[in-house]
Amino acid sequence: MAERSDMPLIEVENLGVRLNTSRGPAQAVRGLSFSLKRGETLGLVGESGCGKSVTAMSLMGLLPDSAVVSGSIKLDGHELAGLPDAEYCRLRGNRISMIFQEPMTALNPMHTIGNQVAEPLRRHKTYSAAQARSETIALLDRVGLPDPARRVDAYPHQFSGGQRQRITIAMALACEPDLLIADEPTTALDVTIQGQILDLIADLVEERGMSMILISHDLGVIAENVQRMMVMYGGAVVESGPTDEVFRRMGHPYTQGLFRARPKLGARKGTRLQTISGTVPELADLPAGCTFSDRCPLVIDACRAALPPMVEVGPRHGVRCIRTDVSMAERVGALTA
Amino acid sequence: MSVFVLRRLVTLLATLVGASLIIFLVLDALPGNAAQMLMGADASPDAVRALTIKLGLDQPLAVRYLQWIKGLLSGDLGNSYVYGTPVASLIGERLLLTVPLAIMAMAITVTLALSAGIYTAANHNKLGDVGVMSLTQIGIALPNFWFAILLVLLFSVRLQWLSAGGFAGWEDGIWLGFKSLLLPAISLAVVQAAILARVTRSAVLEVLREDFVRTARAKGLGKREVLWSHVLRNAMIPVMTVMGLQFANLLAGTIVIENVFYLPGLGRLIFQSIANRDLIVVRNCVMLLATMVVIVNFVVDVLYAFIDPRIKVHDL
Repeated sequence: MAERSDMPLIEVENLGVRLNTSRGPAQAVRGLSFSLKRGETLGLVGESGCGKSVTAMSLMGLLPDSAVVSGSIKLDGHELAGLPDAEYCRLRGNRISMIFQEPMTALNPMHTIGNQVAEPLRRHKTYSAAQARSETIALLDRVGLPDPARRVDAYPHQFSGGQRQRITIAMALACEPDLLIADEPTTALDVTIQGQILDLIADLVEERGMSMILISHDLGVIAENVQRMMVMYGGAVVESGPTDEVFRRMGHPYTQGLFRARPKLGARKGTRLQTISGTVPELADLPAGCTFSDRCPLVIDACRAALPPMVEVGPRHGVRCIRTDVSMAERVGALTA
Repeated sequence: MSVFVLRRLVTLLATLVGASLIIFLVLDALPGNAAQMLMGADASPDAVRALTIKLGLDQPLAVRYLQWIKGLLSGDLGNSYVYGTPVASLIGERLLLTVPLAIMAMAITVTLALSAGIYTAANHNKLGDVGVMSLTQIGIALPNFWFAILLVLLFSVRLQWLSAGGFAGWEDGIWLGFKSLLLPAISLAVVQAAILARVTRSAVLEVLREDFVRTARAKGLGKREVLWSHVLRNAMIPVMTVMGLQFANLLAGTIVIENVFYLPGLGRLIFQSIANRDLIVVRNCVMLLATMVVIVNFVVDVLYAFIDPRIKVHDL
């Protein structure tokens, strides 16, 4: 395709998603905007329930029927929001692919892995059965599955978790998508396997010039794997910017809290892990104003009045907080302490 | 795989031995002497005793049991006390009616239930789902003999499309025999189909919530494609289990339905033999029904392994 290279591959503007939960309607995503060029990588960080996965599913067009989507999602300038399912089906697995969190349940136990990897090929390309099969074996080989020619006819239960995740990666890559969405791709895996899988994804993204959106609750994973990042809380982006820049000067009290809550290597024994006080609010009853106001150490009355605007605090680095003067000053203090 | 089948076969044989023991002991414990029944209430005690010896009823329990088993294995089931004809040919004749009836009823059950179950699951919580599910609720509540009478009133009395009872036999063409079994098969099938439809619906709904359904959608498959290629095969395991159990219900149902429609089938034979105390016929018929049920469930078990690749390895 001959798109202008400066044109963003994907452009999301003011995306909002309302879900019908058992506790009533909930605004799972609000005012989310970003754009991604070809080959660019973006990280989405946040706790469970912050809207990361809902964002991913809205890009895939796979939200439940009852969800109400507002705003705009454009792929190469074509609007995706409100696209009929039949047309969306031509994009899914073809131009936009997704890797899921649970490799143990993401594969159909009744079908051979070969058939499952070949499915997008047969669906989107005019491959013969034989072509699809040899392409599948090549894909499985590329993602590092041992002995793919023999194991292509095996069933998912005959593989380990890490191997299954390699298989789902092969499946997502089958049609050489422009955009890969990886939703917590290593969370369910052993620590020793996590690094291998992330390296594999990073290699493939670079090799094929794909764009990637990597979703994780793990700041370490984000720091090492993406160029830009967005921190989400309560359905809204609270901080965004180039990964290096955000890690160097964290502006939002929530981002800082997340960073402090990491277990640290070399910490003195018996040191308690720092936590963010309070719990993640239910999306159905978020506080008015800043979504983080109920848990924020720096909260003032003005925070509860309205959702704060994004404040530019550095090159392409935005923070949705009205108290950056204090939070960013404290941050410096905390680093030197 | 073969280990799996072998193990299942051993279970099957053990079940059959257990069933034969229970059938034999229960029928033996029943009050009333077959010889006395045959001779009538005012027969002389000597004559009754002579007949008892002739029928072998004076032998010890274990001997009689072993003789029966030996007969079962060699195909010699003895003669009916009442008709005097060999039990094997008596049953064989009746099976020509009951086996096609059961197959027709099962086919109707499966067709109705799968289409209703899949349709309602695919249209979960929509009008069609609610409507069809209400119908199945009614279907479950219907006694099959009463439903049979309604069918007769409609199709035989009013519309006069089908006969109200009796069996035309297969000699004058398959179509005639088929026609006379149609209403009985539908009466047998409706209740079973209502139950199986609900099982199918919940099984499909459960699979639709699985992660791999989302994966399949993420590959670009449409909802319908996902349903047919990914969901149904997974949903078939619970559905087949219930089907196997329903087969037993269906056979039991033939006893009533064959009486409603005056069909000379196995069910009617059992019914009449019980009334006549023709215990040798009852015993063999019940054994036959038990064997059919056990074999159907064996087939279901083996089919599991064909449908679900995990079972071969874990060797359930």
